[in-house]
Amino acid sequence: MCSALSRREFLKSSGVLVVGFSFGGSRLLQASTAAGVAPVTPPAAQLDSWLAISADGSITVYCGKVELGTGVSTALRQIVAEELDAPFQRITWVQGDSDRTVDQGPTVGSQSVKRGGAQLRQAAAEARAALLELASAKLGVPVTSLVVADAAISVQASPSRRATFAELIGGKRFERAVTGKAQTKAPSEYTVVGKPIRRVELPSKMTGRHTYMHDVHVDGMLHARVVRPASIGARLLSVDDSGLRDITDARVVRKGDFLAVVAPREWDAIRAAQALKPAWSESAPLPATDALHDTLMSIPATDRVVTDAAEVPAAIARAHKTVKARYRWPFQMHASIGPSCGVADVKSNAATIWSSTQGAHTLKGAISQLLGMPSDAVHVIWTEGSGCYGHNGSDDAAADAALVSQLVGRPVRVQWMRADEHGWEPKGAAMVMDVSAGLGENGRIVGWDYAVWTPTHSSRPNAQSAANFVAAQLAGATPSARGSLGGERNARHTYAIPNTRVVAHLLQSAPLRTSSLRGLGSPQNSFANESFMDELALAAGVDPVEFRLRHLTEPRAISVVKAAARLANWEPRVSHSRAQSPASGVTSGRGFAFVQYEGTEALVAAVVDVEVDNARHTVQVRRVRVAHDCGLIVNPDGLRNQIEGNVIQSISRTLKEAVAFDRSRVTSLDWRSYPILTFAEVPESIEVELIDHPELPSVGAGEASSSPIPGAVANAIYDATGVRLRDVPLRLGATG
Amino acid sequence: MPPSSSPSPSPSPSVRLIVNGTPRDVTAAPDTPLLYVLRDDLGLAGPKFGCGLGQCGACIVHIDGTAVRSCRTPLSAAARGPITTIEGLGTADKPHPVQQAFIEEQAAQCAYCISGMIMSTAALIARTKRPTRQQIRAALNGNLCRCGAHMRIMRAVERAAELSVAQTNRNGAGGDNV
Repeated sequence: MCSALSRREFLKSSGVLVVGFSFGGSRLLQASTAAGVAPVTPPAAQLDSWLAISADGSITVYCGKVELGTGVSTALRQIVAEELDAPFQRITWVQGDSDRTVDQGPTVGSQSVKRGGAQLRQAAAEARAALLELASAKLGVPVTSLVVADAAISVQASPSRRATFAELIGGKRFERAVTGKAQTKAPSEYTVVGKPIRRVELPSKMTGRHTYMHDVHVDGMLHARVVRPASIGARLLSVDDSGLRDITDARVVRKGDFLAVVAPREWDAIRAAQALKPAWSESAPLPATDALHDTLMSIPATDRVVTDAAEVPAAIARAHKTVKARYRWPFQMHASIGPSCGVADVKSNAATIWSSTQGAHTLKGAISQLLGMPSDAVHVIWTEGSGCYGHNGSDDAAADAALVSQLVGRPVRVQWMRADEHGWEPKGAAMVMDVSAGLGENGRIVGWDYAVWTPTHSSRPNAQSAANFVAAQLAGATPSARGSLGGERNARHTYAIPNTRVVAHLLQSAPLRTSSLRGLGSPQNSFANESFMDELALAAGVDPVEFRLRHLTEPRAISVVKAAARLANWEPRVSHSRAQSPASGVTSGRGFAFVQYEGTEALVAAVVDVEVDNARHTVQVRRVRVAHDCGLIVNPDGLRNQIEGNVIQSISRTLKEAVAFDRSRVTSLDWRSYPILTFAEVPESIEVELIDHPELPSVGAGEASSSPIPGAVANAIYDATGVRLRDVPLRLGATG
Repeated sequence: MPPSSSPSPSPSPSVRLIVNGTPRDVTAAPDTPLLYVLRDDLGLAGPKFGCGLGQCGACIVHIDGTAVRSCRTPLSAAARGPITTIEGLGTADKPHPVQQAFIEEQAAQCAYCISGMIMSTAALIARTKRPTRQQIRAALNGNLCRCGAHMRIMRAVERAAELSVAQTNRNGAGGDNV
């Protein structure tokens, strides 16, 4: 093994040794923790933190961004292979290890290619520059006379004079800074970036050999199950564990109101959790379901003026026509198919945590606070989980495992049951959106007044505090007050409209714990904005696509809108001009929406075709067309996959999903009480037109195509029925 | 809290299962769901825990060629026939036609649900050589996917059917893929 890896491995092996071995056809992990040298997060400014080339020519990249199932580890590898001029297949990828990878920030916000990719591109370009200098010295020609290809450098005029990367630096460190000034390739030279390379990890996933978080096994570990309070805020009064007597080596673990059971065998831990009889105090902190949105509007808020124009009220008052509407969105779930899982091996002076967290480095700090250990004593090893779509239960399950392991003195695996995930994952925020606007006689919008009431969209772990973990709160910690984040995302429409005012009422609390769910506040705000654009188009008597184009000036936005309309053979209409709306029978409709995500990221336009059964009040999305511009496309098939996923998940959220609760607790605890879109309900086709701009930087595309779908579906339902639905999930006949 | 005192719970009997063609003796309580036996005792982590309620399909395996939800199948009922898990279909180097089709169609995002999808698909095309879209939707309706890979999965099922028919034709009539 090369010395670069050896040094890295030395640091690592002095803390934790992880050995993969084969057991009955599956790979499990074994760990032994020894006290030793405090591990350090590799510094971003050093090239060796990012990349190592071994003597056998293999290339290892250490990436802080992690694979969440979106294919980003393939796309990022393409960027490195491209910039390094090395074969894609020769690159080994290490991700999300708090002691081995650079802290690139958590894998969130559609930033992995845009920002994470830019960092990796610079590191690879720096490495290529260093290799060129080494080759110049070795081959005795200036750098300008050299060419790089296939992980080797040769003299342009005399290709037999060459040196491979391995010969130049194999096993040695670069000992060089990432200057940020290394020359990167012109996009016109790209041969790897822009290609639909197949996802690296799919063969192991398709054959049952991929190691997910849920498959991590540590020698001597106990299986644990958490036992959550009967109601939100309930206190644990007493625990009757007599039912555990017949379960081999099962025992109860308690700290304050935090309650769990452990057993050597997993089924025994499940049975023990079922057999335990805790007595909880009564608690009823939640509003009545039908009072949810009024409650939200009454919660103390900090107002943030996103944009303002003094003339807004006057402009609307003077308008030829005024329109106003209120839109509502419920609490929703990430609803990962695999309930969260965490494994922890906590010793007196060191802890190893396996987690499907989005932010290994942040989790390291938060867990160290939970355990009362120095941050450097905690090593977080990210392991891929079930798709999370934001801040699901992964971090909390890791904290549960850490706490139980510390209390029992053994390695522990906590697997949340389905009801734990549905009941206790942080929820996507419920919101209220009010819009009013005025139309001039020319059918143009003369003023736009928007207000949104929103809980925070982030309660992620904080490296300085454990208080955001459910486990810490049950054990007695008070949640830390944090700034509100994400509710104003796309609150401002993406049009050129004079006299726009946007105010975000950032609620200081919320009935349910909320955190990042795909798009944060963008799907909600875009639902309101894009529904309202159609309401205005109707009032103006103008085709909805034409109406949007009248209020767009940015050429890329106009291109995307026109591309989607062309893809769908959009026929101009003044929605509901066909006045079909029969009392029974099936009608079809078509809706349009356009969003530029966050106002700066990918531009997306969608056309949605629905079929409505007016007797049964059911809606089926038949066909979706999407036009999408995110600048430079790194992997077009990966991008299409992500867009298709966003479309389907967003249809599900729009038509089906709302977290049910009573006055004490979440009552959506399984897939019957929180149904998501099934194969019977998905569209017949999703057609995607990608608009590539290799000359422009990549911008965030992970979530963008979620945002136009809710408005497009509502507009299509209106087109089909003449009924304007403003409450998600959209339900015909809901109000009689 | 002290461990609950349970000096001698009744010992679990040993059960012989045929898993992926190999006899395996396991010692576990008879009510243990097959899923935990496969994952924890036999090291076959391909079948996934999704709900434990028989609602999502992530844990599907075959018993005697029939797709069953291993989270709801007690060990006592699992020995009725040979068991096949996703690991028993094929490997990355030698994938089963259904696995090959899913790879070719890039039919997944996180793929946590995919083991169950592939097992449902293998059972479907074993009995229906050329399933229609409607039959595919019906056969997979009990398999949930949250990432939204449905369009690709449906295409993969169609391709799997084509690959299986081609393989059967190559191998002569009566080839059994599962």
